[in-house]
Amino acid sequence: MLRFLTIRIGRAMITIALVVTFAFIVLRMSGDPAQIIMGPEAPPEVIAAFRKAWGLDDPIWLQYFHYFGAILQGELGRSMRDGRSAIELVAERIPVTLALTLPALAIKIGLGIPAGIYAALHRGSLADRVVMMLSVAGFTIPSFVLGLTLVLIFAVKLGWLPSGGQDSWRHAILPVITLVIGGAAVLARFTRSAMLEVLGQPFIRTASAKGVPWRDVIVGHALPNAAIPTVTIVGFMIGTLIAGAVVVESVFSWPGVGRLLVVAVANRDLAVVQCILLLVAATMVTSNLIVDFLYGFLDPRLRQNAGKAS
Amino acid sequence: MFDAASVMVPSTQFTLSGLTVSFDGVTVLHGVDLSIGRGEALGLVGESGSGKSVTWLAALGLLPAKARVSGSARLDGTELVGASPETLDKVRGGRVAMIFQDPTSALNPVLKVGTQIGEALSLHRGLSGAAIRAEAKRLFDLVGIPDAERRLSAYPHEFSGGQNQRVMIAMALAGKPDILVADEPTTALDITIQAQILDLINSVRREMGMALVLISHDLGVIAETCDRVAVMYAGRIVEEAPAARLFAEPRHPYARGLLHSLPPLGGVRRKLVSIPGVVPDPRALPKGCAFAPRCTHVSDACLGASPTLRSPEAGRRLACVLEPENTDQRQFEAA
Amino acid sequence: MSATLLTAADLSRTYGSRRGLFGAITKVRAVNRVSFSIGAGETLGIVGESGSGKSTMGRMALGLEPPDEGEVRFIGQPIPPSGTPAWRTQRARMQMIYQDPLGALDRRLPVITQVQEPLDIHQLGDSANRPQRAQEMLARVGLSVEQMGRYPHELSGGQRQRVVLARALMTRPDFLVCDEPVSALDVSIQAQVVNLLVELQSEFSLAMLFISHDLRVVRQVSTRVAVMYLGDFVEEGDADDLFAEPLHPYTRALVSAAPVTQRMPGHQRIVLKGEPPNPANRPGGCSFHPRCPLALARCKVEAPTLVPVDQGSGRRVACHLVEPSMSTSNRAA
Repeated sequence: MLRFLTIRIGRAMITIALVVTFAFIVLRMSGDPAQIIMGPEAPPEVIAAFRKAWGLDDPIWLQYFHYFGAILQGELGRSMRDGRSAIELVAERIPVTLALTLPALAIKIGLGIPAGIYAALHRGSLADRVVMMLSVAGFTIPSFVLGLTLVLIFAVKLGWLPSGGQDSWRHAILPVITLVIGGAAVLARFTRSAMLEVLGQPFIRTASAKGVPWRDVIVGHALPNAAIPTVTIVGFMIGTLIAGAVVVESVFSWPGVGRLLVVAVANRDLAVVQCILLLVAATMVTSNLIVDFLYGFLDPRLRQNAGKAS
Repeated sequence: MFDAASVMVPSTQFTLSGLTVSFDGVTVLHGVDLSIGRGEALGLVGESGSGKSVTWLAALGLLPAKARVSGSARLDGTELVGASPETLDKVRGGRVAMIFQDPTSALNPVLKVGTQIGEALSLHRGLSGAAIRAEAKRLFDLVGIPDAERRLSAYPHEFSGGQNQRVMIAMALAGKPDILVADEPTTALDITIQAQILDLINSVRREMGMALVLISHDLGVIAETCDRVAVMYAGRIVEEAPAARLFAEPRHPYARGLLHSLPPLGGVRRKLVSIPGVVPDPRALPKGCAFAPRCTHVSDACLGASPTLRSPEAGRRLACVLEPENTDQRQFEAA
Repeated sequence: MSATLLTAADLSRTYGSRRGLFGAITKVRAVNRVSFSIGAGETLGIVGESGSGKSTMGRMALGLEPPDEGEVRFIGQPIPPSGTPAWRTQRARMQMIYQDPLGALDRRLPVITQVQEPLDIHQLGDSANRPQRAQEMLARVGLSVEQMGRYPHELSGGQRQRVVLARALMTRPDFLVCDEPVSALDVSIQAQVVNLLVELQSEFSLAMLFISHDLRVVRQVSTRVAVMYLGDFVEEGDADDLFAEPLHPYTRALVSAAPVTQRMPGHQRIVLKGEPPNPANRPGGCSFHPRCPLALARCKVEAPTLVPVDQGSGRRVACHLVEPSMSTSNRAA
């Protein structure tokens, strides 16, 4: 188990390092931050001073070296725009984003998984067809279209809810709904197919043949098996908690991490972008680790290690 | 239609009459009449699609919801067709237990085998806690799984196929059943392991006075285990007789064809007498006798109505209008 | 014996196998120094339980898998390495039939097209004649003209296996490896295909390596039979003799355990204890000794070799308890 742990964590570290490197390369290649931040009319000496101050004149490998070294020390640089620490800037946005994504995740799980289970148990029924139709609609409609449509209906036409901003809990309703619809649809579909697969397995018949009441067959035998593939999707969703709301935050002017990212990219605010990417990579990798451990917990076949086999 | 007296079933316990099953309008079981007595070993033999497994799954309410089941399946007077889930759950795993073909996939991969046996013990014997553990251990010992105490905490993938079938048998015995329905219990296993499992089934059956329904495509397995055999073809019983008589002197052309199809293990090798053609599609059964298109003795009489099971001699039932002379009996020899 | 077509000398094959996700790699010896030869037009049946190495043997005989030790020779020549042009040319003369015909056929093509394909690939015969030759072969294996135009999924299991046979025979091979070719078929269909195989074998004077767990089917088609246990040949001999009077304790158990419809009076079934050990954990000495009802102290330490026991019948047995001189009459009961 220790070996397993070390290998997984080692792999996670490598993934993060690759993401950081990739971000560095892409951002450096896509335009001169000095020019963009200082504006096109800035005199050349101002730009030169800016470049010198931020180390942009150093050879690229040295910049990378400094940058990587700083990251290892937990120093992620300062925003080129207002000189504040990037970590601080990002950190203050995290709770704002979580205020949307956490309730959304809870509702996705609360809606999607039971809907998928229900659809699987009543395969071919009206309810199944409705759930499946809704779920196709749910994950084919892009979130910006969905968000704008919701704004149009509930804010513009009906005037029930605000169209954007972050002033009260009412402002969160539309963005949360937008996030929930797509995610719940994916989850429902996945859960349904996982359940159907499991229900067709011989051991389900064995459980029934043993006299286990149908409800207990579902809860005690089918769900633990169906949970294995479903966990993958939920894990992926956990990975998107912090940066998965970029579009929705933009549509609803919600000042979270996603908005910050959009602004920072537009401004070539390298430190901030890198800080966010690092955060994204870290959450993704962490959620993957969690999923792996959950697998081990849920599926004894993956737990098997040397010497235990009979 | 069904003449119970002629088959001499000792105190009938489980009786199927007119059991019919259809899926999406396609009938796969056409009114099966069959009974099994206390402590008896009944074999059900046939090829895929003959309905031998469906018969028992239908009787125990184990078919998917879309299956339409009619007719009757009575266990000592309790009707099981259309019975409430509570009634069925008490019978299944209690008075009637089942084991299946591929034991490894028939066990839940994420639950310890001890847990899976414990479930049956708590459902049917009302045991709990330490009593479950003790009884599960006793069952493991009974079915010959060494190191029972420790192995109860193992998962199915940690066992071989043969051991998993032993686990399945232990689980089936947990409810102290009167009848064990074994659906191709040794088909997925190697020959030497198959012999062990058949031995085990026979010995627990004797020990517990349990009746056995053995469903198999393997004539040898059936012959060595069963007192009485029913041969099924295309959703019907075509012949039924005491095992020794059926294998020594099969009378239905299909039963005879099946026996001749089996390559002998000894004696002179000669071309196998195979049955021509293929098993008919249940959606397009031939008119009259379903076996007629493959039958070497076919006559006009076969093409009218499907022949009914009647009793040409005490203890035997036969669904054939021809009753062919036993001319090719000589071809049949000890395998 | 007729002219030797294929010889295998001291074939061994070892796999590395990992236990669990990160377990250490253990060596699994799937086939252990096996030698045999097959004459033209002769069928060698191989019986064994799962894990006995019989399928690995079949793949090595065709050169689909290289042996770690030993050598396979086909008409006196070593088999070229798999994948080379020379190997492909030779493959026209050696064909393989698997258990699952649906997996061996292309779902998207009518079967007649697939049967013609080997002729196109190996550029055999006049291209104008090829469809007709495919049709003749399909008719030979018992397909109707109407069935020839169908797709694999529109045929029954038995018909598909007939198609696979027809395709294998298109290049007029000398040697056919059949790995459990009828195991997935129902008894009545199995008999049809077994009959067909026996007919085709004499008609095309095919040599075959016929691998199966089913003793009855193996006896029906084989000239000689070899019994495998944990990668070893434990007994080999004439098919009828071997099943009538098995000498190795394992063969005896196998034969006695095969269920039959009519028992001879007084027959005692030998039920072996335990299960075949994991090939990764081969017992020392004779690999069968832990399950052998007759094992002696010597069997635990010294592995027996496959030696002729009777010059007349060509029987070979690997057992310390079977003396080379032992004739069938004074054999221990």
